[in-house]
Amino acid sequence: MSRVARHIASIAALGILILISATGARAQTVHGLPDIGRGADTKPNTRVGRADAGKPEYTRYCAGCHGDRGDGMGENTQWIDPKPRDFTQATFKCRSTPSGSLPTDQDIINTMRRGIVNSNMPQWRPLTDQTQADILAYIKTFSPRWKTEKPGTPVEIPPETPVTTESILAGRAMYQKFECWKCHGVEGRGDGPSAASLTDSKDQPIHPYDFTTGTRFKCGTTNADLYRIFMTGLDGTPMASFADNIKGNQGWDLVHYLRTLQPIRTPEAALWKTWLAAHASELKPIGPPESGRN
Amino acid sequence: MSSTKHTSDTPRLLVCALVAIASVSMAAPAAAMVTRHSDTAATTSHSAAPAPRNTSDAYRTYMASIQNGEPASAANYAIKRVKMIPAFARKYGLRCSACHTVWPELNSFGQQFRDNGYQIRNEKDSPIAQNNAYIPITLRATPQFHVERGTKQLVDAVPGDPTSGQAERTITSHGFDLSGIDLWSAGTLWKNVSFVLLLSSDNTGSFGFEAMHVRFDNMGGSPWLNLKVGKFELDNLVSEKRFLFLSDNGGAYQSYHFVAPGSSVDFGLGDNQIGAELSGHSLNSYTRYSAAVLTSTDGEPGGENFSSYDGNVNFSQAFDGGKMGVERIGAFAYLGQRPTSYQTSGGEEIPGTGTNRKMFYRAGVAGDFFLRKLEFLPLYMHGNDNAYLASDTPINSPLLDGARDASWNGGFLESHYYINQQLVLLGRVEAVRMSQQAFADLPGSLGNVDAYTFGTRWYPFMYSRAGLAVHGEYSLVKTVSPGQLPSDASTINIWSSSLLFALDFDF
Repeated sequence: MSRVARHIASIAALGILILISATGARAQTVHGLPDIGRGADTKPNTRVGRADAGKPEYTRYCAGCHGDRGDGMGENTQWIDPKPRDFTQATFKCRSTPSGSLPTDQDIINTMRRGIVNSNMPQWRPLTDQTQADILAYIKTFSPRWKTEKPGTPVEIPPETPVTTESILAGRAMYQKFECWKCHGVEGRGDGPSAASLTDSKDQPIHPYDFTTGTRFKCGTTNADLYRIFMTGLDGTPMASFADNIKGNQGWDLVHYLRTLQPIRTPEAALWKTWLAAHASELKPIGPPESGRN
Repeated sequence: MSSTKHTSDTPRLLVCALVAIASVSMAAPAAAMVTRHSDTAATTSHSAAPAPRNTSDAYRTYMASIQNGEPASAANYAIKRVKMIPAFARKYGLRCSACHTVWPELNSFGQQFRDNGYQIRNEKDSPIAQNNAYIPITLRATPQFHVERGTKQLVDAVPGDPTSGQAERTITSHGFDLSGIDLWSAGTLWKNVSFVLLLSSDNTGSFGFEAMHVRFDNMGGSPWLNLKVGKFELDNLVSEKRFLFLSDNGGAYQSYHFVAPGSSVDFGLGDNQIGAELSGHSLNSYTRYSAAVLTSTDGEPGGENFSSYDGNVNFSQAFDGGKMGVERIGAFAYLGQRPTSYQTSGGEEIPGTGTNRKMFYRAGVAGDFFLRKLEFLPLYMHGNDNAYLASDTPINSPLLDGARDASWNGGFLESHYYINQQLVLLGRVEAVRMSQQAFADLPGSLGNVDAYTFGTRWYPFMYSRAGLAVHGEYSLVKTVSPGQLPSDASTINIWSSSLLFALDFDF
């Protein structure tokens, strides 16, 4: 190898090492979640959508699953589980607004960007903001609700409380009290006694979220996203809103507990593991009260 | 620059001119006419020809066959490109248009999908999450009718009488023909472990490995770290493997495959290479980089230049162009080397023992710009070959007297107008200009190329299982070649054209 080549190779190797170091450091993000799934999901999209411009984009990207008429009956629907959203009903899982209300534009944009885990909905991040806004404008033409109703007011999310053992234990008690285990299972595996019989609003079978294998949620990745899901529910699914039952900081307790169930390194899981090592025998198992559990 | 005739009585000039003749033939498909399979003589000779292994090999085989008076089917040259993979559309239920502006060209989402190791990141990318019946295989072929025409082709002055002397004629041939076939398998082996295996054949069914690699995706949970090992396309911003042209003259970028008159460098920027590539991208793939170390064999497994390495780096940045679309600009550099000394056995070079390597490089900038339905793909590049390589100095010999580096500039402007998602108009203008010949006495314009290509593709249907394109294309190429007859000037312009109608299908 010539001297010039050796120098270039050395510089390249050095650059690669720096790059690996930088990206390796970046990969150690909050909660141990990989970069993927995080990011600019919620960057405000201020573009004004144009339905006429959105139609060909919808045809290009969306119609194969959601159908040319927006009814969720695209040519691929028969092969897809879970089924694509039916836009003619204007019922959306991922919202910042109360259950039963229309989502904000940004809610739907966020869903486009992050995709929906465990479904065939990809992350459409590369589309320009304008394209996203145009598609959204076209989606709104499928249901008259968009002409007669306004989006709900986004639910307020209080500042997150500190992660403590007490908070996790309180969350665990809520998991029992609100019977989350009936669907999500006593260990959060999505295998509760009701899981097999759940259906969505179109009578299609639906599976509860398995916390033990998932790193992302249907509607986000952060603790705030998880909090929001309790409060808004996932419309069109059996996951109801708990806004009437869970008040203020209680929601954070449940968030902190659920984080301990996930297969990722989180502050909650680390704290919980330490506590369990000395106190596991003090815990009553989660499950039906009549079976001697909590 | 001087315009010395190659008939000069200076022995060295004669050598240079002969080298130039050969190299120009290598350099541009326009340099000679293509005789079709239907020609009896061609059929016989072609059947014995070794199967080309990739685009460049096919190109060289094609040109060499012309040089030897044994024209191969030009269809051989137009077989090794397209990467449209309905297997992915079938897996994820997405229409072709989700990943392609029109297939096979990737759009921004398709680029992200590819960058992410053919995953949409929905936790169902691993094969274990798919139905057992799903097998990620796709195939592509292109039955066609084409017309090839070339000016100033050397022929016997009296047909059938090789003693009658030579004359220059315009030759035209036409007929129905076949392309080769691409058999693709690509997808994920596990979450964040992807693969590609591409078997390509020429139009006689002789297969070769066009691509074969395994890629570790999102290492450390970061999209900025991906490692690919095997044979793969260089991370060119303007991909020749996914472009929309198919004809013999228009089916390759002149800049990517240009070889300076007389040069021995066997490299094509559009050729798949063997090596390892580290790459990364932002979550939306707007920012992308790659750095590759490659065996200096131009993608030929076990080539003579084993034990030698090239390097390639690419960087590009895209921008949200609002109503215009996604705009991208990037730069690239390829630094290669080729041995000029070998250990020998019985006078024969021993592959892999090359030393005293000399450098060549290709570097440039490119872009991909949208103005709503109008897309522009400009590229500019500069090429340079070390004097040893540029002069094709024989192995284990001192540098030829008077030899110097050869350099040139090349580029193109390609445009697509998408009337709708199923109909596109295509156009491309290319130029390559020598800025320095390997020998000062060679005409400065020798080897220059101008190319013009226009076409259209119509996709009668668009869904997620298969694709068909009705393809029409016309390409015209001018190459500045050495004079062939005593009556010629030192250089002559040879025009070559292709007219192609094809049914391009992918399942």
